[in-house]
Amino acid sequence: MDFSYTETQDMIRETLSRFLADTYDFDSRNKMIASDSGRDPGIWKALAQDLGMLGAAFSEEHGGLGGGHLENALIMEELGKVIAIEPYLQTVVLGGGALKAVGGAIADAVIPEIIGGNVIIAFAYAEPQGRYNLANIRTTAKKDGAGYVLNGHKGVVYAAPWATHLLVSARTGGSGSEANGVSLFLIDANTAGIVRRDYPTVDGFQASEVYFENVAIPGDALLGDEGAGLPLIERIVDEATVAVCAEACGVTAKLHSGTLEYARQRNQFGQPISRFQVLQHRMVDMFMDVEQSKSMTTMATLKLDLPAAERMAAVSACKAKVSRAAKLVGQNAIQTHGGIGITQELAIGHFFKRATMIESQFGSADHHYERFERLTLAD
Amino acid sequence: MQLEFSPEEIAFQQEVRTFIAENYPENLRSVQDEGHDLSKEDFLSWHRILAKKGWIAPAWPVEYGGTGWTATQRFIWSEELAAADCVGTMPFGLSMVGPVIYTFGTPEQKARFLPGILSGDDWWCQGYSEPGAGSDLASLRTKAVRDGDDYVVNGQKTWTTMAQYADWGFFLVRTDSDAKAQEGISFLLIDMKTPGVTVRPIITLGGEHEVNEVWLEDVRVPVENRVYEENKGWTCAKFLLAHERTGIAAVARSKRGVEKIKAIARTEQDGDRPLIANPFFKRKISELEIDLTALEFTELRSLAGEASGKGPGPESSLLKIKGSEIQQRITELALEAVGHYGAPYFRGFGEGDNEHPIGPDYAHRAAPTYFNTRKTTIYGGSNEIQRNIIAKMVLGI
Repeated sequence: MDFSYTETQDMIRETLSRFLADTYDFDSRNKMIASDSGRDPGIWKALAQDLGMLGAAFSEEHGGLGGGHLENALIMEELGKVIAIEPYLQTVVLGGGALKAVGGAIADAVIPEIIGGNVIIAFAYAEPQGRYNLANIRTTAKKDGAGYVLNGHKGVVYAAPWATHLLVSARTGGSGSEANGVSLFLIDANTAGIVRRDYPTVDGFQASEVYFENVAIPGDALLGDEGAGLPLIERIVDEATVAVCAEACGVTAKLHSGTLEYARQRNQFGQPISRFQVLQHRMVDMFMDVEQSKSMTTMATLKLDLPAAERMAAVSACKAKVSRAAKLVGQNAIQTHGGIGITQELAIGHFFKRATMIESQFGSADHHYERFERLTLAD
Repeated sequence: MQLEFSPEEIAFQQEVRTFIAENYPENLRSVQDEGHDLSKEDFLSWHRILAKKGWIAPAWPVEYGGTGWTATQRFIWSEELAAADCVGTMPFGLSMVGPVIYTFGTPEQKARFLPGILSGDDWWCQGYSEPGAGSDLASLRTKAVRDGDDYVVNGQKTWTTMAQYADWGFFLVRTDSDAKAQEGISFLLIDMKTPGVTVRPIITLGGEHEVNEVWLEDVRVPVENRVYEENKGWTCAKFLLAHERTGIAAVARSKRGVEKIKAIARTEQDGDRPLIANPFFKRKISELEIDLTALEFTELRSLAGEASGKGPGPESSLLKIKGSEIQQRITELALEAVGHYGAPYFRGFGEGDNEHPIGPDYAHRAAPTYFNTRKTTIYGGSNEIQRNIIAKMVLGI
């Protein structure tokens, strides 16, 4: 057993951390969000070309650094520390994860473009009725000659307004929440018939409602086997769930340290409020949740390549714990700050908003407790 | 003791229900349903209807414009208002400064200020907190120095809710810097149009403009606008905070909130089942509902005590703590209920923007409301301070 990082991993973290400290201060982030596109595309280019960061989790054959889940996790954690709005999760973890899993010509073609910063992928999987059930899909992909025709509506697709490609789950057969008949496609985001309604999200990203209206896509857009895509989707969503937990580790660590700092300098009743025992204990509770989030994220990251049932149980255990932690740490950070925590003026409130959205991203605590029980508590 | 309403009370309930149904402004209803911010006029339109009817201040003594209702009637009234989802009336005049003025004010002050509070012609705001004086309110530093028949006031207040609309504000100011913290404070009524008063917006996490900073620079306030004795303002402040806390339980409104969540959970799908069939979610609704019942009957016991002559005492801190926590849990559950559609940021309709917002109507405000409602455990004396009050005043430790 060894929980230490390699020299390369330490270097990735340090390089990224330094870069983000220079580029992602609170004011710069606000400016990116307020700009027309809602982001600064220069950051993504720099991450790819100056830092080589987008290749960290890809193999050397594809031009990457030969890393994997651990690299994704530490990059996501650093991004969380500045509540970055970069589409790393969608492009590298989800899109890249799917491509690594299926391999072949499409992976050879697209992965180097991801590493180069030329491709941004958005994951169009959720539907209004499906909530966190990945198989509950009404979007259809009908076979049409050598290709398919897509119809349907995907909701709250993060990063879609920026995307060059969409990773889309659709039914090539079956119905309801049936496992069979689910397929996964990687398509050009500018294909005719794709209609988007773009909007900002409460946590600073851009997202879209994506409507497919008789969208003709080529046969080679299919990732994996037709109708057998659910296990692949479950796998990449598990990887993304752990990545979001890693991001949460960064977000909650900052919520905690920011609260500590504030409590030390805020005076009431003639002393810093950090001297009050009720607040000390609260900050200790926050600290313990931050630490346990890191523990669970490490555990789940190391179990991502186990057989599906073990992987799923580990990921659900991690997300359930981290969702609860994000809530506890976020709410108590605001409460300890008092009124100033609820304003747009301080970064702390923005960390709280992201922490809140992480709580339910890829499934709420309840959803993951239920999945954990299904896998581990036989009647 | 008995739980059922008397025939008279049932008749009263019917009267109230009919009145609301026949008089609540239609346009206000649609503004609320679509999740828009309410304007000053929106709030005032309902206020004026109630004022005309004579029902604007049920808690006030009859001689000052109250209704003379029993505690039970007032309970029925607030239940019916909440059940019909009526906008609240602004508390700053009706629940805060009004009672201070009729309790501590001079006959001239009562004659001058109470009618405007009742009619809605005067919009009030509260100048209590300062950047350096939050939980430790008595450390406030805004200074009022006597100069002939005026005080000259300098300082800064913050978290002043709806001050952007206010005609008048009630302010705690320091009139004696040498006295012990609580003993050198006076309670002043300040015309917000006085030269030297500047109101600056503070934007909160949901993007709302609800609260403000109020800067006071050489603001001249006639001595006749001081309520109660000089340096005795803390008595008014404490009285007001206790009054503020009883309403703060917001039981009737929370009941309505729980009903709304049930309605959402029946509409929302959770994969192959409606959300209401999700056992985890269902349990959270019942926990909330049961806790709310406990709060409700605690409040009713407290009201019964008040009716028998005891004013709101330190036990109202219990109502504030539990009431505010429940309000937060309601918004938490509402956000959870809307799933993915908590994420889109709804900024209201811009000018000429008629496109329907993203997701179902009940989802638009879920996240901003959740963020914003973190305030309830902070304002009106933070819940930490309320626990201190209970420890000291009720438990005697």
